Amino acid sequence: MIDREQVLHVARLARLELTDEEVGRMSEELSAVLGHIEKIGELDLDGVPPTTHVVEVSGALRPDIVEPSLPREVALASAPAVAGGGFLVPSPQADAVDSVTSSEGQSLR
Amino acid sequence: MTVGRNPSSDLTTLTASAAVDAMGRGEFTAAELFDAYRAAATADQLNAYLWVAENAPPAPPQDAPLAGVPLAVKDLFCTEGVPSQAGSKILEDYRPPYTASVVARLQAAGAPLLGKTNQDEFAMGSSNENSAFGPVLNPWDHRRVPGGSSGGSAAAVAAGSAPWALGTDTGGSIRQPAALCGIVGLKPTYGTISRYGMIAFASSLDQAGPLTRDVTDAALLLKHMVGQDPRDCTSIGFPGEIGRPAARSLEGIRLGVPEELTGEGVGIDAGVLETFNATLKLAESLGASVRTCRLPHAQHALSAYYVLAPAEASSNLARFDGVRYGARVENGGLLGMYTKTRSQGFGTEVKRRIMLGTYSLSSGYYDAYYGRAQRVRTKISEDFATAFGEFDFVVTPTSPTVAFELGAKTADPLSMYVNDYCTVPMSLAGIPAISIPNGLSEGLPTGFQLAGPAFSENAILDAAFALEQAIGFRSLAPVAARSRA
Repeated sequence: MIDREQVLHVARLARLELTDEEVGRMSEELSAVLGHIEKIGELDLDGVPPTTHVVEVSGALRPDIVEPSLPREVALASAPAVAGGGFLVPSPQADAVDSVTSSEGQSLR
Repeated sequence: MTVGRNPSSDLTTLTASAAVDAMGRGEFTAAELFDAYRAAATADQLNAYLWVAENAPPAPPQDAPLAGVPLAVKDLFCTEGVPSQAGSKILEDYRPPYTASVVARLQAAGAPLLGKTNQDEFAMGSSNENSAFGPVLNPWDHRRVPGGSSGGSAAAVAAGSAPWALGTDTGGSIRQPAALCGIVGLKPTYGTISRYGMIAFASSLDQAGPLTRDVTDAALLLKHMVGQDPRDCTSIGFPGEIGRPAARSLEGIRLGVPEELTGEGVGIDAGVLETFNATLKLAESLGASVRTCRLPHAQHALSAYYVLAPAEASSNLARFDGVRYGARVENGGLLGMYTKTRSQGFGTEVKRRIMLGTYSLSSGYYDAYYGRAQRVRTKISEDFATAFGEFDFVVTPTSPTVAFELGAKTADPLSMYVNDYCTVPMSLAGIPAISIPNGLSEGLPTGFQLAGPAFSENAILDAAFALEQAIGFRSLAPVAARSRA
């Protein structure tokens, strides 16, 4: 089960804001999906290595040579706001204090 | 056949390979073929397209192997200067500064961009109802879904508004819509095709592949898609070349039917099982042997998938933050902007999967979910390796049902996820699998899935070709159904 409080906590971690109605629905739906997923908890997986990559790849390294990438103005062309040749973002200090503290530094129970 | 005697709509009934051959004989030009498809794509009533090319491309070079046969491309492939929105409002009208490697490769081989096709948002869905730009309709019955997430690509090919199309498959997103629309869809071995420029969903699973009207076209398109790409360090290319399939018999081919994916209690529709069993009989008459095989962990594949794919998605989709591209909604400071942008930009299913993935990766839950799922994934790969010791291919119905009605499964995420039951195990193992149309149930197409070991694409295409010739399915939706508005 994943309750409303957990939903709100995970939403904060994911930088999502849910309406009250969404929180309720998400709690029900995620609980149902997790209930199904939890069946893998019954399997005996002792000593089974986790998959890191499905097809064997070795030596996927390239020579460390500097190559041209997108010109600055092209890279910036799709940005919602730019200034001084960079991406312009709102100030982190303009966030309401409580929205910052409630989103940072918490751990799951 | 000459152009004078052929209204342009006739050109759109040709397979891509037939069109290449006909153009080689000088029967019509690439410009005429492009115009015919551009007209069909512009007139599309299925909401299959999100963008259609306005101008005809320059004539292809004389020796271009794909000879100018136009290509429809799923929205999530980046195409320079052309909207690439991944079916999401957060990328509405985003025009990337570069083109995905696989698209560029096909353009260089002589397949110009015809249009961008509708899809479930960020490829999350099995019905195309999760697109921010509205659902796609199934060309066989406009009240039904085309499948997903590559629903626009599948519908366009089946309806004759594209000769072939690119899709991506993470857990079945090429094969399932191909099955529901009555066409061929191939998910190649993980790593054979570059993912560079594909807007990522789950990077360890995502793979591009062809959606086509027949197996020969699937082989031709795939041939020009594979290859190592320095821009994608997980791409390894294909050993050798994809050939033109020609097998007429299945003599000596051993087909394994996994009990765990096809047996009682799995919930495969009776009509789907009927065409599946008929195809098995047909395979036997072509010389194949058919026996039951075991994939003991396949029943857990869906659970592992719905841990791993959302986990990867929650990480991949962190990039949509209103800073470098896409939508931005101001709301106080930086954090407020991030949160508002994402909350308004993502649709319901995308939020659900981000939440699911964030939860299973969060402190205290990682081992129980993500860690275990990665071990289940290992077991599934081992199951396939064992099966391929005794069998050439594992075969299943592609989808447990035929195309369902719009809205039928949107209220219950789990009922939607079950659509991927037979396709997800191959995705987790990274192995290639094809879906070919193998008949009708309730007047709607069913799909037959054939999966083989990594890099067995040529053998899969050959076997699928032999079956296709014997089945004789016509992969264009009936015109009566297509014109029914």
